[in-house]
Amino acid sequence: MINATGLSKTFKGGDVAVKNVTMSVRPGEIVGFLGPNGAGKTTTMRMLTTLLRPTSGTATVAGHDLLGDPARVRRHIGYVSQSGGVSPSVPLGEELHLQAMLYGLSRAEASARTAEVLAMLDLTGMESRPGGTLSGGQRRRVDIAFALPHRPALLFLDEPTTGLDPQSRANLWDHIRRLRAEDGVTVFLTTHYLDEADALCDRLLIIDHGEIVATGSPAELKAGGRTLDQAFLDLTGRSLREEAAL
Amino acid sequence: MVRDTWLLFRHNLRATLRQKAGLIFGAIQPLFFLVLFGPIFATIGSWETLVPGLIIQLGLMSTGMAGFGVVFEKRSGALERLRVTPASRLALLLGRVLTNAVQLILQVVLLVAVGYALGLRAPVAGLLAGLALVVVLGASLAALSYAIALTMNEQLFAPVMGTAVIPLVLLSGAFLPMSMAPGWLDALSYVSPFRHVLEALRELFGGHYFTGTVVAGVAVTVVFAVISLTVGTRVFNRASA
Ligand SMILES: Nc1ncnc2c1ncn2[C@@H]1O[C@H](COP(=O)(O)OP(=O)(O)OP(=O)(O)O)[C@@H](O)[C@H]1O
Ligand SMILES: [Mg+2]
Repeated sequence: MINATGLSKTFKGGDVAVKNVTMSVRPGEIVGFLGPNGAGKTTTMRMLTTLLRPTSGTATVAGHDLLGDPARVRRHIGYVSQSGGVSPSVPLGEELHLQAMLYGLSRAEASARTAEVLAMLDLTGMESRPGGTLSGGQRRRVDIAFALPHRPALLFLDEPTTGLDPQSRANLWDHIRRLRAEDGVTVFLTTHYLDEADALCDRLLIIDHGEIVATGSPAELKAGGRTLDQAFLDLTGRSLREEAAL
Repeated sequence: MVRDTWLLFRHNLRATLRQKAGLIFGAIQPLFFLVLFGPIFATIGSWETLVPGLIIQLGLMSTGMAGFGVVFEKRSGALERLRVTPASRLALLLGRVLTNAVQLILQVVLLVAVGYALGLRAPVAGLLAGLALVVVLGASLAALSYAIALTMNEQLFAPVMGTAVIPLVLLSGAFLPMSMAPGWLDALSYVSPFRHVLEALRELFGGHYFTGTVVAGVAVTVVFAVISLTVGTRVFNRASA
């Protein structure tokens, strides 16, 4: 579903954010992308979602060439950015409807799907609320709703559960699992929460200073009686708990 | 592309209409010039000279600052969210530019209507041709404004554009015709594309359609439109915007 080879990004000013990342994600997998702050997770995701042009490297995303056919890639993926994208003054039903139509749904489909997605994320009844009046956790769920109207085959979630209360977080895990079980959606997500990575992901990729330093299932990374936290510490020199507290 | 543009245009227009106070102030501002400055000007010149000047001033001020809207969208992350949809990049630009064009049409129509009440007399054909010219010019400037807003440091956009527009307005001869200016200033003003457009506008309001001045104004507008839309599309296309 994702096949990246040698992806690198050097920002203007010489800051190398991602170095030679080669990775793959199989259809139907839920893969966690872990790493300390500034490791290059968001940068990698923005490259894979067509938002940022890699300095070098190539990738096939959702069956299409990232550089050669970005428009096709966009059609098949959903992306929730780390900082979200809710307009403060637009009623969210209206904005979600627009988003659905830009994804190619007809007016009627867009209306149906808007209601469906809002219900799925426990946001029914909030259609007329402008984004600016929502709580942080509600806004986060709206961000996720924006990525779903076109039933993407591949979902990129950059810290989707940051700022959610435990109940909402557990609900979101359920939603993610259900998306995979019912629609076969592949999920690539970042998180700073160890329990989340452990409970939700089939496989983890750990990135540090722009380079992939480990990959494996949570069980594999915990081999030898280490906790995931210890494994993370060994690999990156920093504790996951420390990260989560940031 | 056409569908995406239409969707985004409707969405942006609705968002603009929601800001009723902003709309009202935007419409009232140029009327102040007409009502409080016009009568003074009328003692030395004609309404057919003044109103085109105010239209150009209005067009430059309102569409020049259009980019400000996209700064907010960039900050809220909404722009990036739109950029991961398959919507055409040109549509992301045109959907906004068309909204600015509609806003400008409404402002110009209001200005001309009040101008008529005060004594402006211009042939309908001239008014319509002038409106078309100004709308193309304004839409192009809006496109350029978006490109600048996305390229430049966001904090600097408002002060820099706000400052850049002032010499452009003055050099176009919006308040007093440049024929009254000393030689060096007159010469300098030819550099501003807007002077040519304004002079064409004045000819059109005067009922002269096929003059060299009108041709020059149209030509300058077309060239400006091509350049602005090219730059605008390129910036919206670029991955980092
Ligand atoms: N637009 C940019 N210009 C310059 N440097 C950037 C830019 N975006 C990110 N960086 C740098 O690239 C590196 C990787 O950043 P990135 O956002 O990918 O980290 P991350 O792994 O997502 O971190 P976090 O856990 O804090 O979200 C950092 O050093 C960051 O400062
Ligand atoms: Mg990040």
